[in-house]
Amino acid sequence: MKTLFDKIWDAHVVATVKDGPTQLYIDRHLCHEVTSPQAFAGLRKRGLQVFRPQQTTLTADHNIPTMGQDRPIRDEISRFQVDTLARNARDFGLTYYGLGNPKNGIVHVVGPENGYTQPGMTIVCGDSHTSTHGAFGAIAFGIGTSEVEMVLASQCILQTRPKTMRIHFEGKLNDGVFAKDVALYTISQLTTGGATGYFVEYTGEAIRALSMEARMTLCNLSIEMGARGGLIAPDETTFAYLKGREFAPKGDRWEKALAYWKTLKTDEGATFDKEIIFDASSIKPMITYGTNPGMGIPIDGSIPELEDVDDAGKISFEKSLNYMGFKPGEKLEGKPIDYIFLGSCTNGRIEDFRLFAEYVKGKKKADHVIAWLVPGSWQVRKQIEEEGLDKILQEAGFELRQPGCSACLAMNDDKIPAGKYAVSTSNRNFQGRQGPGARTILAGPLVAAAAAVAGKISQPEIQLAN
Amino acid sequence: MEKFQTLTSTYVPLPIENVDTDQIIPARFLKATTREGFGDNLFADWRYEKSGEPKADFVLNDPTYSGEILVAGKNFGSGSSREHAAWAIAGYGFKVVVSSFFADIFRNNALNNGLLPIVVSETFLTALFNSVQANPKATLTVNLEEQTIRNNENGKTESFEINPYKKECLLKGLDDIDFLLSNKDKIIAYEQNRAFVY
Ligand code: SF4
Repeated sequence: MKTLFDKIWDAHVVATVKDGPTQLYIDRHLCHEVTSPQAFAGLRKRGLQVFRPQQTTLTADHNIPTMGQDRPIRDEISRFQVDTLARNARDFGLTYYGLGNPKNGIVHVVGPENGYTQPGMTIVCGDSHTSTHGAFGAIAFGIGTSEVEMVLASQCILQTRPKTMRIHFEGKLNDGVFAKDVALYTISQLTTGGATGYFVEYTGEAIRALSMEARMTLCNLSIEMGARGGLIAPDETTFAYLKGREFAPKGDRWEKALAYWKTLKTDEGATFDKEIIFDASSIKPMITYGTNPGMGIPIDGSIPELEDVDDAGKISFEKSLNYMGFKPGEKLEGKPIDYIFLGSCTNGRIEDFRLFAEYVKGKKKADHVIAWLVPGSWQVRKQIEEEGLDKILQEAGFELRQPGCSACLAMNDDKIPAGKYAVSTSNRNFQGRQGPGARTILAGPLVAAAAAVAGKISQPEIQLAN
Repeated sequence: MEKFQTLTSTYVPLPIENVDTDQIIPARFLKATTREGFGDNLFADWRYEKSGEPKADFVLNDPTYSGEILVAGKNFGSGSSREHAAWAIAGYGFKVVVSSFFADIFRNNALNNGLLPIVVSETFLTALFNSVQANPKATLTVNLEEQTIRNNENGKTESFEINPYKKECLLKGLDDIDFLLSNKDKIIAYEQNRAFVY
């Protein structure tokens, strides 16, 4: 009896080093411009080629501008990093989705939408949010630069086996509650270190009911509770999503793959190192008030009182509220905001834009709010246009930008100014993450849409189709 | 990677606790695209004035102290996971870092880059700081095979822990990549025999 994690892990063990780590085979490797240059430099120094070039794909996303991508990148260092990535792709014969390529976009959006990410795979990338790909029932995790070099050189990585955790959601989600809310709720319960050392499997009726994109949002945020990664067993939703995508198996190979993928689930009676159960129906739309993703509350809730915080955490709690300009015990509802950011590998997919557009349809953006709507990839942007969502957004006063990581980490020009409040659908509300002094409030696309229209934090009035 | 067996060297004392990765290599240096050159910016904010002039009172700028071993206060290398911290220390020319406690990730990153982190007791560490203060030419001997470190001034020896796999790598001058490459036949056999091929 094995867990899903055990099955995939065991199927990828090449060797076990005596008194040491496991040598794990990697099926898919993704690279972006920030964490890969030293790894390629290392290969050159050793005089090595990439061992399995067809298993590595590169995309530029972290540094790229979200306006005027047809012009050279203005920031010299950013341009140099992106150019270096292009050169490495050329020199080592790797597929590269650079600026101007219709497949360009955020690494964790591009992989799944092209069918590159599949159940049962091991997937790595020099980026912590690689956990996103776990939504397909894959072991996917972020790695360091030396490890990027290892994978390029040998298609393997040395890893110690993590412990396993199951987080089970009983019952159904309420209307107006989405994957982002489930994730923020879970992190608020477990804290940002609550899953350190574990690989998490999400199970339960509420999880089975999630769409593929919603599952990606949930798995994406696994890292924010310290987990090595998160995964969800593949099912009909997964198979239907994959079918027909460019890199998904075709014909006979599809049938074979399907038969294998159907075996990828935790056996009845298999044990986890830790199990946690939540009641899905008690989850409400969530929002964060502090400077780590674990500082989340229901949108109609109040910030904890100082006496409710344990002693060890008091100082950082106060520091965090000071930074945010909030007080203990306060409600966030009604607080004016300055910016909203819809995008990132957490919530930059078509469903996020559909939800946002559906909410703002026939309404108007509040005049003082600056809204950055950044699709996760060019394919997402194209679909937005094909579905006419761009028109709806435009009529409501919103403008669509070009794809990239953008304000998620503000390595390009999209920086929230110091002291300003931004409701962001991204994943980290750390001090300065969205720009020096920026104040980030994490939420899902629906809450962001409501804030953009009201100009303040407010409960979305839901009258949505589903 | 160079082989590491024994090393006898003078050492550079840095008796400061909780040296974090931002102090080892400030974030503004992370946009580089090579591993080289980080040594020049090791401890940049402690080492240089804003004008770029070396600060005379920082130990790396003080010709009294030199050597291939850095001896630092407790809890060295905490903070972000940036591997650049290990690159900077190794790039500067250190082969060993001694402290009474290391942050986990730093320790791993150091080992991945041929830099040997050695944990010693508080007493041993304090004695090291005293010895080098009395005699800047004091030396330390590190024997990896036997897992011992000796303060040659007072003659005291301590043994240290290291993962057997990592020890093997350092002794043979192999890093993880060399190790993986030496296993290539296993990788190819795995590819040919796996149950499901993507
Ligand atoms: S969108 Fe944000 S979290 Fe995702 S890969 Fe880009 S920078 Fe990282």
